[in-house]
Amino acid sequence: MSVVANRPRPYVRSMRGWWRRDPFFMRYMLREATAVGVLIYAIVLTVGVVRLAQGEAAWNGWLAALRSPWSVLLHLALLLAMMFHALTWFEIMPKTLPALLIGGRRVAAATITRGGWTATLVASGALFALAWWWGS
Amino acid sequence: MKRSNAPVFWVLFGAGGMLAALLGPVLVLITGIAAPLGAGLPASLLDYAHLLTLARNGWGKACLFLVIALFAWHAMHRIFHSLHDLGLRTGALAKLACYGGALAITVVSAVSLLSLGF
Repeated sequence: MSVVANRPRPYVRSMRGWWRRDPFFMRYMLREATAVGVLIYAIVLTVGVVRLAQGEAAWNGWLAALRSPWSVLLHLALLLAMMFHALTWFEIMPKTLPALLIGGRRVAAATITRGGWTATLVASGALFALAWWWGS
Repeated sequence: MKRSNAPVFWVLFGAGGMLAALLGPVLVLITGIAAPLGAGLPASLLDYAHLLTLARNGWGKACLFLVIALFAWHAMHRIFHSLHDLGLRTGALAKLACYGGALAITVVSAVSLLSLGF
């Protein structure tokens, strides 16, 4: 019998599923998972650009696929992922940004976060209006 | 000392993340829901001739390319760093797969957009 096998072994808790143990970790993992949505959307757009370059028939085929219920369902899920990304991106921005000083005083974290969310709302409204104007 | 390539990936991650936070939701809404269904936006927005005009315009081309490429680099960087959290190996192969994927998306979209001409 080996010496190693007889030595008392300390209990080591498994790390499997560690992020399911705490709502804070769950939220963290959900936040990181939004990257999958961003990746899928980048691939969807890449396919669109490739089809556009292949000509009108290819483009119309892609457009028909975009109008299918599965595609709309996928994009609804992507929309949720993007919204959660936007929400959390600005929540952590006060921590990732170097200290922002205005008039010698540090800008509060909540101000930075709310500023980011406001910027998203304004930019979204502007782009939607632009799309509407350009499309009609 | 060998220079680290980490800042380059970090900047691409940050730029893509910022762009996705500002415009990601509305872009998905426009291109994936409102325009294809013709709900809230004219369905003609995605007509071939319409999109061709956008993709042949220098600014339109640049915007399409930046959105696609930066989203890809952002997502791949984040996925690469999440592998460790999931208990997966994060060796050179994983790094190559992640950043190689982002590079592939970048090259494919750039080639397609450039082939459309100006």
